[in-house]
Amino acid sequence: MDLPQGTLDLLIMQVVALGPVHGYAIAQRLQQVSRDVVQVPQGSLYPALHRLENRGLLAADWKETETGREAKFYRLTRKGRMQLEAETESWRRLAEAVGLVLKMSAGGAE
Amino acid sequence: MNWWHRLMRKEQMDEQLEKELRFHLEQHTADLTARGMNPEEARRQARLAFGGPERVKEQCRDARGTRWLEDLWQDFRYALRTLKQRPGFAAVALLTLGLGIGATTVMFTVINGVVLKPLPYAKPDRLVTVHGHTEKYGEQWGFSYLEFLDCQRQSRSLRPMAAWTYSGATLSEPGEAEYVDGRQISSELFSVLGISLPQGRAFLAEEDRPGALPVIILSYGLWQRRYARSPAIIGKPIVFDGKPYTVVGIAPAGFRLDTDADVFTPLGQSTRPQMQNRGARFIHVVARLQPAVTVIQADTELSLIARRMAEQYPKFNEGRGLVAHPLQQEIVGDVRPTLWLLLGAVGLVLLIACVNVASLLLVRAVTRERELAMRVALGAGRGRLVRQCLTESAVLGLSGGLLGVLLAAIGIRPFVVFWPGSLPRAEEVQVDWHVVLFALAASLASGLLFGLAPALRAPARELEQTLRSGARTVMGNSRRMHSGFVIAEIALAVVLLVSAGMLGQTIVRLSSLDPGIDTHNVVTTRIALSPTNLATAGQMRAAWQDILDRARRVPGVQSAALTDIIPMRVGENSLGYWATPDPPPQDQVPLALASCVTPDYLKVMGIPLRSGRFINEQDRIGRDLVVVIDDNLAQHAFGGNQAVGKRLWIPGMSPSPVQVVGVVGHVRHWGLAADDQSRVRDQIYYSFAQVPDPLLRFFSSIMSMAVRSNIPPLNAVEPLRRELRGAAGDQALYDVHNMEQLVSDSLARQRFLLLLFGIFAALALVLACIGIYGVLAYLTSQRVPEFGVRMALGANAGDVMRLVMRQSVGMIFVGVIVGLGGAWAAGRVLTRLVEGMQSSQPATFAIMIPVLVVAALFASFVPARRASRVDPVRALRQE
Repeated sequence: MDLPQGTLDLLIMQVVALGPVHGYAIAQRLQQVSRDVVQVPQGSLYPALHRLENRGLLAADWKETETGREAKFYRLTRKGRMQLEAETESWRRLAEAVGLVLKMSAGGAE
Repeated sequence: MNWWHRLMRKEQMDEQLEKELRFHLEQHTADLTARGMNPEEARRQARLAFGGPERVKEQCRDARGTRWLEDLWQDFRYALRTLKQRPGFAAVALLTLGLGIGATTVMFTVINGVVLKPLPYAKPDRLVTVHGHTEKYGEQWGFSYLEFLDCQRQSRSLRPMAAWTYSGATLSEPGEAEYVDGRQISSELFSVLGISLPQGRAFLAEEDRPGALPVIILSYGLWQRRYARSPAIIGKPIVFDGKPYTVVGIAPAGFRLDTDADVFTPLGQSTRPQMQNRGARFIHVVARLQPAVTVIQADTELSLIARRMAEQYPKFNEGRGLVAHPLQQEIVGDVRPTLWLLLGAVGLVLLIACVNVASLLLVRAVTRERELAMRVALGAGRGRLVRQCLTESAVLGLSGGLLGVLLAAIGIRPFVVFWPGSLPRAEEVQVDWHVVLFALAASLASGLLFGLAPALRAPARELEQTLRSGARTVMGNSRRMHSGFVIAEIALAVVLLVSAGMLGQTIVRLSSLDPGIDTHNVVTTRIALSPTNLATAGQMRAAWQDILDRARRVPGVQSAALTDIIPMRVGENSLGYWATPDPPPQDQVPLALASCVTPDYLKVMGIPLRSGRFINEQDRIGRDLVVVIDDNLAQHAFGGNQAVGKRLWIPGMSPSPVQVVGVVGHVRHWGLAADDQSRVRDQIYYSFAQVPDPLLRFFSSIMSMAVRSNIPPLNAVEPLRRELRGAAGDQALYDVHNMEQLVSDSLARQRFLLLLFGIFAALALVLACIGIYGVLAYLTSQRVPEFGVRMALGANAGDVMRLVMRQSVGMIFVGVIVGLGGAWAAGRVLTRLVEGMQSSQPATFAIMIPVLVVAALFASFVPARRASRVDPVRALRQE
């Protein structure tokens, strides 16, 4: 499924909000949680991550994973958290509104 | 981390990116292997899921936000590299641009120094000069001293107000006697200008009165030269004009009112008889606008004052108004239009240079079409390619600009030195940051101008086709653009060539004008009488007679005469006159230029006598006052009737009418070119021997001697100088001029313009020819296969040549037509700005256009001939 504009950013932030996490884990999590509905080429995750980092919504540190390898871990900044809340809220409202409209037209067809 | 850090740590960031992506792939592979996939297959799957790593990296770099800078740097290095690869192209382009920008920068440097820079006074924009004006004669700078005092007392909006006038005399003791130029100034002058003296003080108000203690201010230059900058000179006496003065101050270095002067004395102390004459207007007035007063408000008040004066002194001030002008405008004067004209001309040359470089770049862009298409195929965006092309042209432009600034820095001094006459504010003309900024803007603008055309065609249209076919088949569009370039170049060259032709024709016409005098072997010089001879009128008359007698005894001297004004030199004495007993209204009084001369003047200057006689030895004080008039005055006053024996009323000379005893030819006093347009063209001669005694002192300070010799005139100067030194050895000659030189100098401005326009036009011609050659050579080389086909089908060499020439003739024709329109407009501008210039004449076009057409055809002949020698077999094989 193709993602609407800006949705990838929102999803990434949502995943990162759960705690520091590296890029590969984000990709895995996205796939699992969305039950494989959201399928982006994993590579395109990185430009999005870097853009968010550049905008100051994410911060990153190099840390060791459980397997003892060095990886770049992303976490949400204060600014990112505020942005996430605002976007989640507006997304939810949009989804509700779209759902209402769809239900209405479905009712009309019956 | 700001963008600067990100940029500077590019290497490190790239390394981290690499590491991050590698981690992802390896982790994924490891996970898959853990699920039982074989390692080879796992690696493949992981890569597949990830997508193209290079593209991801590109996008990540984009996300950093410093991309444009990195690209710029990359493009910059790339541009340098490509320029280095083609040193021929780079050299031609850089030289063309450097010349164009350099010439433009030189002109701007002059304009910046002369016109744009504020004057070196406090709040210079509040300074004005005040002029008188009448309906008949327009504006005149002069005030009489009494008018100045009235104006100064009455004005509320212009204060302080100051006055100054010319003077000059011999400076002696301590030190050797020398003649120095001086200015008589009112005590307010320095405070009006808002400058303070480095040593001593300005004049006090009570020193600016008749009979006050004589005080003097020295110029910085004189102080340095004569007194070695010793502060001890303040308070010491020096002898100036035979009188002891006390030095009270030193003027700041570089201080000048119009031209350099060495001493300043209080105007109010002057004992000249004109000081009390309301009709004698020899005073310059400068004033400072009161805060919040505009020039227009000041003008309103001035016209009120003028009206009051007209009521009070109708004889002198009827119909005479007063106006104020910004001082800067006054000082810069009439060089302003000349400067802008030259900047315009030089701008055209720069435009041609830009067009030339643009067509060179376009040629390169077309041959690089495949390279660019390749880049698009590899993922470069349209914007990216345009940016790259523009960076290249900006690099070219800026390097050209750098070369230009260098050329300007070297060229500016010679330019100022060669400026005819003295360039006002020449000392302010120098390369400063305004100039550098201008050059920078000019180079970037030119870079954009010549880079845009190739850049806009860079993005790959029909990418595939380009890649498949190479450059050859995408020619149509660029051929049209190339023709456009050639047409533009030819049109611009036509404008410059015709302008230069018009100037040349003007000079030829003006030089052939009869100045009205025989200038051959005539030298003029001013003489400062020995102060010991200045005591009485009798002494002065004797001293002048002695000078003439001595001069005639010098070997080689044929005749010698005295005069107060010399033709072609600055200096005037205009007197109102009328020919009937009833005076015309004050503002309608015709003016004549009056020269005070001795009898031999006619012989020395070789002025033709038309009727009657010239001034002779009998016209001396005590006899009836007589005048000799010129053709013009005779025509104006007596309408072609016999003028000799008639009477003229000249109140500035005598209250009763004077007798006309002769008519002589008109002399082009104001210069060969300027005389026709001058306001005062009638001329009167009167006898120096009839100057009344009280005025003799003043006349003695302004008289010049003119000498005709039968040897080269400048060879007579040294013997004259020795012979005339006088008993006390303190009688000095100065301001020596060769009359022939003066006449030719009167056209210096036109000649200078011609020289520059000639250079510009030649440059334009050469650049245009290079452009035509380049474009045609390129276009024909692209058409070689076509020619091959044509020749294979039976066309001969002549046919091919005709084909190429037809194309070039078409471009030349259109260019000339467009250029003619431009030349016509340029001609109108020139006619307005250059004295003696006549509007475009067919002859100018008839000479200049063929020059251009022949040059252009010659430039296209070479490529055409090359095309005609194409070997059809080889040409076809090339396809």
